[in-house]
Amino acid sequence: MYSFDFARPTSVADAVAALGQEDAQALSGGQTLIPTLKQRLASPSVLVSLSAIADLKGVSAEGGTLSIGAGTTHATVAAEAGAYPALAELAGQIGDPAVRNRGTIGGSIANNDPSACYPAAALGSGATIVTNSREIAADDYFQGMFTTALEEGEIITAVRFPIPEKAAYIKFQQPASRFALVGVYVSKGAGGVRVAVTGASNDGVFRWSEAEAALAGDFSAGAVEGLAAPSGADMISDLHGSGDYRAHLVKVLTKRAVAKANG
Amino acid sequence: MAEVTMTVNGKTVTKSVKGNTLMTEFLRDELRLTGTHVGCDTSQCGACNIHVDGKLVKACTMFAGEADGARIATIEGQADADGTLNAIQAAFQEYHGLQCGFCTPGMVMAAAALLKDNPKPSEAEVRHHLEGNICRCTGYHNIVRAILAASGQDVPAVAAE
Repeated sequence: MYSFDFARPTSVADAVAALGQEDAQALSGGQTLIPTLKQRLASPSVLVSLSAIADLKGVSAEGGTLSIGAGTTHATVAAEAGAYPALAELAGQIGDPAVRNRGTIGGSIANNDPSACYPAAALGSGATIVTNSREIAADDYFQGMFTTALEEGEIITAVRFPIPEKAAYIKFQQPASRFALVGVYVSKGAGGVRVAVTGASNDGVFRWSEAEAALAGDFSAGAVEGLAAPSGADMISDLHGSGDYRAHLVKVLTKRAVAKANG
Repeated sequence: MAEVTMTVNGKTVTKSVKGNTLMTEFLRDELRLTGTHVGCDTSQCGACNIHVDGKLVKACTMFAGEADGARIATIEGQADADGTLNAIQAAFQEYHGLQCGFCTPGMVMAAAALLKDNPKPSEAEVRHHLEGNICRCTGYHNIVRAILAASGQDVPAVAAE
């Protein structure tokens, strides 16, 4: 690793100030960032740890909305997000137990890995990403692989999920990394039907709008049956699976997710 | 350099560390607690598992600066002061849950975390919990049997698939 200074502020305001320094980088759970630093793929001047900011932690449900502090670990979401069972289940399937005790929802959503699980939940639920300066709808937030609407130095403070009537996440797990080879999150609620896909596209998480349209009138696995799978031409193609294989999985997993949501 | 203070196996320690000092480096190089092993150094293998405020964590993927004020437990704190093995360690010995022993500290720390939250896990729960621990010798069966034995449950003669 390159050398850097380490700061551990205890308030969001102090963290924002610390991130104003040149080449400063925020650190949440570090389960992606620390391996990245070890590979010398990043060389911050100062690493600003968000782990001592109590305001960024916790899960609360109120009036049909589940609010999760950005610094809340996957393990805590799995244990405490009972008001939104599909989301709690998703959190409990990320990585392994030790990773779930460090990794955070804010870190995952800020990083926007194209195969991460949380972006699918946020986009598939129509969540709101709350930062130190504004609120961003998930539809506007995710802008491509590892790319988001966050500005330099902006910190996610919370993610707010409207709790849908029905939802489910199915991930076809890449067994070595436990990332999603493909993952599909479906929900049906006040905002209509949403189908969000992770792990498949070179552009990161996306909504499969044809499936959403088909499911709007008939929320059943059968409604997806007649659809053509999305094109595999511009999907991720690597040693774990071709673009066409991933495209095939999108349709299969969408059907399974709808069936599971209908429970 | 910044000063960090934490309790490690019940003892309070204060040290100056560089910003990029990992917990594995802090424990092994600064405190000479070399039972926390560095296997892959990429947060896959779990040989470096420790407990931070009672939670299982991979020490290779956490900075010492993040442990300021925390309560740390490592493999060195698992046996009694006179060297008597704890129930998990004794079961690993009894059930031949190790061969080369490199992964064992991480396995024992993972098992301890599991049994604290789930004192009577099923075999499937044990296997699921060990997802983040890699062993290249045993094929895992005897590790699973040792953890079931440590939980006070009957151990199948041959662990099921």
